[in-house]
Amino acid sequence: MTITDKNGKHAIQARNLNIYYGDFLAVKDVNLKIPQNKITAIIGPSGCGKSTMLRAFNRMNELVPTAWAEGEVLYQGKNIYDNDVDPVEVRRRIGMVFQKPNPFPKSIYDNVAWGAKINGYQGNLDQLVEQSLKDAALWIEVKDKLDQNGLSLSGGQQQRLCIARAIAVKPDLILMDEPASALDPIATLRIEELMRELAKNYTIIVVTHNMQQAARVSDFTAFFNLGENRAGILEEYGPTDKIFTNPQKQKTEDYITGRFG
Amino acid sequence: MSIISTRESLDRQTQDLLDQILVLSSMVEEITLNAVKALHEQKANEARKIYKSDQLINQKRFEIENTCLTLIATQQPMARDLRIIASVLEIATELERMGDYAKGIARICVMIKWNPPPSVLADLVRMSELATDMLHRAMGAFVKADAKSAGSIPGEDDQVDILYNRINQTIFSELSADPTIMDQSNLLIWAAHNLERMADRVTNICERAIYVATGEMKELDVSDDEQELNFE
Repeated sequence: MTITDKNGKHAIQARNLNIYYGDFLAVKDVNLKIPQNKITAIIGPSGCGKSTMLRAFNRMNELVPTAWAEGEVLYQGKNIYDNDVDPVEVRRRIGMVFQKPNPFPKSIYDNVAWGAKINGYQGNLDQLVEQSLKDAALWIEVKDKLDQNGLSLSGGQQQRLCIARAIAVKPDLILMDEPASALDPIATLRIEELMRELAKNYTIIVVTHNMQQAARVSDFTAFFNLGENRAGILEEYGPTDKIFTNPQKQKTEDYITGRFG
Repeated sequence: MSIISTRESLDRQTQDLLDQILVLSSMVEEITLNAVKALHEQKANEARKIYKSDQLINQKRFEIENTCLTLIATQQPMARDLRIIASVLEIATELERMGDYAKGIARICVMIKWNPPPSVLADLVRMSELATDMLHRAMGAFVKADAKSAGSIPGEDDQVDILYNRINQTIFSELSADPTIMDQSNLLIWAAHNLERMADRVTNICERAIYVATGEMKELDVSDDEQELNFE
């Protein structure tokens, strides 16, 4: 399925992608182009391979010993699964934010500066930390306590700290796996507003169980569903307003209207 | 795939909403037919009652609007569910306006002091029958999301237009013979105009029926506009 934005630019593309855990085919034959500087939401029932699909975009699945993939994920014209591609470099360019905020047990400053330090960042680290925290809409709340432990922050603040940490290494894409599901409604809306801000400079792919969140925050929505033998398949993909007002497939309609069996 | 009824509550409330909009449309049918009947039989007292009964239509419309907003706020409907509720909101407004047309005819019945040609009154009655019949079937198509029926109804508006033009011609020829009936003629033309507009608005309901069924918002009948553009 192809979605072309106005510029026709795609940040990343899955082509004939199959993902396995051992013998189990978890995600089957996915073709998906992710438009640049847009937010794409991946929705679908539990076990349909949403998170697996998300993690395929930066080879995070490889951290699961039995996971393997066939097919291609094209990023800047290159298949990131090619033998000569360094997965660490892929993950630097394609950052990730997880469901549960996971700051390091270090200072707020060190949390944000960490990636840059590892990468041998040559610029002004203070400036980078400040800018990243500003971009993550956290600066005002933490500027006077940068040396405090990141874990001392509230859940919503911790998640924004993790977003600051992700953007400090200047990625092209940010993958978000249920980034607000552990947060209260206000913190959730803050994250959503932040995502809209970030989409000006980044391409975002977000997995969410919360359909209202997908509807509110995303430009495009990919609906994954359980296919034969419980393999996840991409059922429908399109502009979010279309998916939520007039989906083309009955299975999408059943899912988003809450009628699934 | 079997569908587990995970949304019984929404389904029940949506069904109730559809029942309520059908009640509203039957109120509009009734008030329209009664208003024209009162005009035909020149029963001013009947007309006064009809005029007041429009309030019930307005109340019902607000009730329906409230139900829609509550459903949106509490059930977060999507896709077809959302299309139904959004369409009911729109149709409730259309019906309320139709009620106003009927109320206008009742008012004319009270005001008019003229024995118009029987053919005009007969045509008005016929217009009201045609328009309410179109409305009745459009509402049926809407609640059944029957796009095919909904698509065929607006064309019937031509019959209403023919009667409207005939009423105009008859009244104008009467008027040319007796200019003193100017004000009275004007009132009758207004009554006919209201019925003509009512039939036009049925088209909007048909468009919503198609929207619910297909998700497509499209204009069904532009013939009137085209005619208006050709007047030059």
